[in-house]
Amino acid sequence: MAAPSVSTSPHSAIRSTLPAGVRWPDISFRWLALLAAVTILVLIALVGWELYQGSRLAIGHFGPRFLVNSTWNPVTDEYGAWPFIFGTLVSSLIALVIAVPLGVATALYLTELAPVRLRQPVVMIVEMLAAVPSVIFGLWGIFVLIPWLRDHLFVWLKETLGFLPLFRGTIYGVSMLAAGIIVAIMILPIITSVSREILRSVPNLQREAAYALGATHWEVMRIAVLSYARRGLFGAAVLGLGRALGETMAVTMVIGNRPDISASLFAPGYTLASVIANEFTEATTDLYLSSLFELGLVLVAVTIVVNVVAQLMLRSLAGSGTGKVR
Amino acid sequence: MNKKRLLLLGLFGLSAAMAASAQMLINGAGATFPQPIYTKWFDQYSKVDTSVRFNYQGIGSGGGQKQILSETVDFGASDGPMSDDNLAKAPRTLWHIPTVAGAVVVSYNLPGNPKLKLDGPTLAGIYAGKITKWNDPAIAGQNSGVALPDQDIVVVHRSDGSGTTYIFTDYLSNISSDWKAKVGKNTSVNWPAGLGGKGNAGVAGQIKQSPGAIGYVELAYAKQNDLPYADMKNASGVYITPSIESVVEALATATIPEDFRFSMVNALGEKAYPIAGATWLLVYQQQKDAAKGKKLVEFLKWAYVDGEKMAATLDYAPLPENVQDRVLKRIAQITY
Repeated sequence: MAAPSVSTSPHSAIRSTLPAGVRWPDISFRWLALLAAVTILVLIALVGWELYQGSRLAIGHFGPRFLVNSTWNPVTDEYGAWPFIFGTLVSSLIALVIAVPLGVATALYLTELAPVRLRQPVVMIVEMLAAVPSVIFGLWGIFVLIPWLRDHLFVWLKETLGFLPLFRGTIYGVSMLAAGIIVAIMILPIITSVSREILRSVPNLQREAAYALGATHWEVMRIAVLSYARRGLFGAAVLGLGRALGETMAVTMVIGNRPDISASLFAPGYTLASVIANEFTEATTDLYLSSLFELGLVLVAVTIVVNVVAQLMLRSLAGSGTGKVR
Repeated sequence: MNKKRLLLLGLFGLSAAMAASAQMLINGAGATFPQPIYTKWFDQYSKVDTSVRFNYQGIGSGGGQKQILSETVDFGASDGPMSDDNLAKAPRTLWHIPTVAGAVVVSYNLPGNPKLKLDGPTLAGIYAGKITKWNDPAIAGQNSGVALPDQDIVVVHRSDGSGTTYIFTDYLSNISSDWKAKVGKNTSVNWPAGLGGKGNAGVAGQIKQSPGAIGYVELAYAKQNDLPYADMKNASGVYITPSIESVVEALATATIPEDFRFSMVNALGEKAYPIAGATWLLVYQQQKDAAKGKKLVEFLKWAYVDGEKMAATLDYAPLPENVQDRVLKRIAQITY
């Protein structure tokens, strides 16, 4: 009968013996923490509510058609979100495809392979990457990355993989692929850091067991480490994705800002966050402003949907161990 | 001894702070294009009248219009004239007061940076995606002697909403009925072709980085960054190099209605540069706060007499005298 109360908290037995006056720090801290947690929820709700308020006019005017319409015309006051949703998802996906293998490989090198003396400096450099402002990446993108992509990588891709519709069409330099690459660089630090923490939390027992079975170094990493940390690494990717979806400044500088839907990754695109940043200041009609608000609402919705899908995928992933997201 | 001095210093500081708080603050917000000249005006004016301080925030024309309509600022500023719909929302008579004008130039990236000549229909054709090669007869016909490559034209436009885009599309709509019907004019439009660059810097960067690119930027920006720009054919059929003088000429020969909501693209003057536009302050005819209204009017009068002289140094075109007189008469009618 008394067992449950003991099992919920190992301290409760001690606590209950203390006089009430001594417990106030405990209680007040509990309330403070609760307040902090509730504040976040209230903030999110407020953001959602404000976005909804701002976009009511557009929602009433366009209805669900807003999501599938691909015209964005401030002159005739006709707005649709589809090219921006497409651009946001595709550029983020490209970023993930590039950044996750790179990030995980870096983390693996740092935890399993690198000489101990080298580890800390490399970690610092990777984390410094996270401190570079977005606009700097954008400028670097325009002046350094884009010319190189246009004259070398894209030409090579077109020649070797041109049979795929992904790598066809005119090469401008600024493109969906360029945006994906920039975002990949920007989300690399978070993916690397989180992956590194997760790989470090893999118990040594795992590795020793694998070695004892006669596994090679590579096999140890594959079987004992990566497989064990799979869920956590997936979580790292989701965190990176969250950042990629909302990335604005650098993306708008290299994506070409054309609300088009094209199968080719060389074609310019546009993202939700970029169009809001670009057009918000000069939006003069009410419907225009309201449509931009609705794009914000759509961006929040896309982020939530992507996260929920990721959680569901995570749940279906077999394997346990540390690095569980929840 | 030391303590006394400290006390004295403290008292002095306190009185200075009190003087500062007694200063009147007049708030304005809006267009970013004229922000450098407005900042300079406010700075200079603070020496003329020390009892008033101006605070201007370049939040964009959309924001400027919104804030003056809701009266959260004392004056607004906009790069494009307000629409009739928006103007109808004003609680009282809201006046447009033109301050300075600027030109939009067509810049490009061609081997050897030749001096190009272009006319409106050709420019509209390029931006509509109909003229796609540099050696197209439409371009080559106007530029005999220039070796134009057989190269694709990479069209670049502004991706952010801006007064520059408003002026540029206003011009294309004026020159081409096709453009007017299919695209129209606004601070941002549904571009039929091309790539978007953010800000003057984004467009200029794109031009510099893409061989065969064409784009439009503010004259001041092009001059300061040594970009090549084209001579444009004006309404009289003359090719005009964009300059402050040719914009003043355009202002002088544009038809300006009573409410000052005018467009000066394709002005008739023989020496007028065709792609140019003015920027406006938005001021209520009946000022709410008498003291602030008085100071605002005093400032405006100063701006049109002394301030306009500073325009050219910052690559803006000042208003010609005939327009200045009309504006000053309008300012005199502001009541408070």
